[in-house]
Amino acid sequence: MQFKSLVLSNTEVSPGYFRMRMTVPAQLSAARPGQFVMVRVRDAIDPLLRRPFGIYDVLILEPDFDGGSPQTCLDILYKVVGKGTETLSTMHHGDHLDVLAPLGNGFDLGKPGEEKILVGGGVGLAPLYFLAKELVKTDCVHLFVGGRTRDDILCITEFERLGIETYVSTDDGTLGEQGLVTEVLEKELTRRKGKASIFACGPHPMLKAVAALAERHGIPCQVSLEAYMACGVGACLGCVVPGKEHTEEAPDFRCVCKDGPVFDFQELQWK
Amino acid sequence: MNRPDTSVEIAGIKLRNPVMTASGTFGYGQEFAEYMDLEKIGAIITKGLSLRPKAGNRTPRIVETKGGMLNAIGLQNVGVDAFIREKAPYLRTINTPVIANIYGNSLDEYRQVAHLLDTVPEVAGMEVNISCPNVKEGGIVFGTDPKAAFEVVRQVREATIKPVIVKLSPNVTDIVAMARACADAGADALSLINTLTGMAIDLQKRRPVLANVTGGLSGPAIKPVALRMVWQVSRAIELPIIGIGGIMTATDALEFLLAGATAVQVGTANFLDPAASQKVAEGIEHYLAENGIADVKELIGALRV
Ligand SMILES: Cc1cc2nc3c(=O)[nH]c(=O)nc-3n(C[C@H](O)[C@H](O)[C@H](O)COP(=O)(O)OP(=O)(O)OC[C@H]3O[C@@H](n4cnc5c(N)ncnc54)[C@H](O)[C@@H]3O)c2cc1C
Ligand SMILES: Cc1cc2nc3c(=O)[nH]c(=O)nc-3n(C[C@H](O)[C@H](O)[C@H](O)COP(=O)(O)O)c2cc1C
Ligand code: FES
Repeated sequence: MQFKSLVLSNTEVSPGYFRMRMTVPAQLSAARPGQFVMVRVRDAIDPLLRRPFGIYDVLILEPDFDGGSPQTCLDILYKVVGKGTETLSTMHHGDHLDVLAPLGNGFDLGKPGEEKILVGGGVGLAPLYFLAKELVKTDCVHLFVGGRTRDDILCITEFERLGIETYVSTDDGTLGEQGLVTEVLEKELTRRKGKASIFACGPHPMLKAVAALAERHGIPCQVSLEAYMACGVGACLGCVVPGKEHTEEAPDFRCVCKDGPVFDFQELQWK
Repeated sequence: MNRPDTSVEIAGIKLRNPVMTASGTFGYGQEFAEYMDLEKIGAIITKGLSLRPKAGNRTPRIVETKGGMLNAIGLQNVGVDAFIREKAPYLRTINTPVIANIYGNSLDEYRQVAHLLDTVPEVAGMEVNISCPNVKEGGIVFGTDPKAAFEVVRQVREATIKPVIVKLSPNVTDIVAMARACADAGADALSLINTLTGMAIDLQKRRPVLANVTGGLSGPAIKPVALRMVWQVSRAIELPIIGIGGIMTATDALEFLLAGATAVQVGTANFLDPAASQKVAEGIEHYLAENGIADVKELIGALRV
């Protein structure tokens, strides 16, 4: 649906990373982990297009006065990388945003009781918190998170507060283990046995490496992709990725916005 | 005052108002049903259809530029058969005319697509995209050569009894010459403009942003060019014109009517606001009522020069 949101807060959680809370219609409490929102950062032609963001959390705030009604809110976690996110970072409590949500398909939560492994790279962590909140109700959840440096490791304490075991790695070793998140993940996968499934979101090279690990260890794995988007609703075909069987003659393109952003890694071509 | 008359007619297709959705920016219509009332606009134009399914280009296919966007989708589409099978049944349930946008990579393909759609009852007419390379003849774009454009339109004209609207490419020196060639070949109406060829460069990577290197520019940035072309063609050619290019608001649309367009199409604006086309239509009606104009047709070509 399309609606106007009121910005409730917008705080810098780490240098260059912001967490924004906005009001949303009550129907959004049915949003599923992995779905995303398209935000029009200004009612102007610059920036022109909406910007896509994963849903970090959906929560219902109790009224702060008697007779008030509960307010559904949605959080996004974003990194300032260009004009759109720059503009977004200047917004304050009381500002309004035009939002399309919830969009896309969420994660398949899998069998309750099975072990779940979440893998996040940098701001790719964003959709994993909402997912973790759901999963911890029934499953044992582990989080592997990586970033260039300590400033890129976000909101870890919130995961820990859910009782989730976290494995942190940074390229420069300023926090957690030094190395890539996939290296830490590989060690753990080799050490442990038993059923588990992977949920990953982050830069494409990381997802590719995670998919390769899942393949090698025979573990189910879902990945949440990013793509340049214009419409977010499956109309412009700007955001496509090739499906496994895709060829020039028998095209099988999937829209990240409509068919994703979450895919089973086996549905896609990883070349 | 009574409600103003917003209806117009293009090539025998009756529209409740002059606002259509531009090809490639509105999918096959259904994608937008959640966000707006598809029965509040004049017509729906489909994504460009080809004889066989088309894969399209590699990604990145889109990038934002100042006041606009570049796209190099590469005309990805389900193909005309799948359109008839999978997309048309939904469109049948909507009481709004559907115009199929078609293209081919040879004269023969254009003719065959038009022929296949000729008997599809959901299709009120065809909009022929001539901004495509003629693969058989060395890749020269049909829409940049008056002779090639004449041939395409003639072939389509012979393949269907439905209204034929030709969508012109702005990437030409003399838009009037192109328009005249299409009129001579039997077009019932003209749409203009398609996207302007452009490119974007990533300085840091020293690479083009789009995988296809070049792409088509659309959005507010192209409106002045589109207005100029609509104005030039409407003065020279008798056919009804559908104005396209950077229309975001009712004001933009009304300017196109003044310049000589009978109807307009909303394209890129659908991405900013999925209800944009409905809002433009409502805005036009509002403007007419506010200004005591009984009939939108009074504005067509009413520019004072
Ligand atoms: C489904 C999805 C979920 C996302 N979730 C998050 C999130 O939770 N947190 C977060 O920080 N970022 C997220 N992103 C990436 C985010 O959308 C881009 O960083 C943002 O659009 C950049 O906009 P900008 O104007 O600041 O940058 P610019 O570079 O100025 O953007 C210019 C254009 O490029 C596009 N673009 C640039 N980088 C990306 C990218 N990595 N992916 C897609 N489009 C891009 C923009 O949408 C815009 O059209 C997500 C992307 C997608 C597709
Ligand atoms: C993503 C995208 C896809 C398009 N696909 C088609 C197409 O398949 N056939 C066609 O004739 N025009 C296509 N166009 C051109 C539009 O229909 C329109 O002519 C152009 O975008 C200018 O209008 P606008 O500025 O309102 O977007 C496409 C435009 C965009 C942005
Ligand atoms: S963003 Fe338009 S189809 Fe996915």
